[in-house]
Amino acid sequence: MRMSTSEHTITVRYFASLREALGVQEAVAVVEGSSLGQLRDALIARGGAHAQALARGRAMRCALNQVMADEATVVPAGAEVAFFPPVTGG
Amino acid sequence: MSPAPRVRIQPADFDLSAEVAALRAGDGGVGAVCSFVGTVRDRTAGQPGAVSAMELEHYPGMTERAIEAMIDDAHRRFDLRAARVVHRVGLLQPLDQIVLVVVTSAHRGESFKGCEFLMDYLKTQAPFWKKETMPEGARWVDARVADDAALARWGLTAPNA
Repeated sequence: MRMSTSEHTITVRYFASLREALGVQEAVAVVEGSSLGQLRDALIARGGAHAQALARGRAMRCALNQVMADEATVVPAGAEVAFFPPVTGG
Repeated sequence: MSPAPRVRIQPADFDLSAEVAALRAGDGGVGAVCSFVGTVRDRTAGQPGAVSAMELEHYPGMTERAIEAMIDDAHRRFDLRAARVVHRVGLLQPLDQIVLVVVTSAHRGESFKGCEFLMDYLKTQAPFWKKETMPEGARWVDARVADDAALARWGLTAPNA
């Protein structure tokens, strides 16, 4: 029996080399209760530029509502998520 | 009048002496001031003169917030009287200043440590990305493993990658 899944929309922002590959940001529909890791996997599953830029094995950080987060963190509705390479400021 | 911001992200250059004076202003409890300035080099490993420009990208909103949290952490760990960070963004040239960290305390030990702590933290956790222009084209700078090791000294285990 298929369970119905509730989805909500979030904003995903990209920076640095990810921004060059995927654009500045996009609206993404995610299954309620998804984690950042599951979101990344869903984007990879699109194939093409997303699969290449976000591939497992590429060092990457993520942020949820402008705070660094790990991939286990659940993404709430209306969230701003960001994916970016390891930082190189200072 | 609201207090001066502890963190500024800006394209414009900064004046170390003016920033120190502003941070110390009227505080008779300050006995020590420690500062760090990071600058743009014209070279990368084994290639002097190869870097002609550097572009600094950041995450508006998150960058300020992240550095504010680092300053709060510095105040918890060290007996500091004040701290300030200025970080430039946009297109910079070799020899340009990039970042300033200034801290004040009663005695020198806390200032030395607070300043180094803030730089180690900023290098691995503040959302900025550098792109160097070389003769063969522009390339994104890779995060350095040495920076993660520097952060570990302070008991912080959140790696860059």
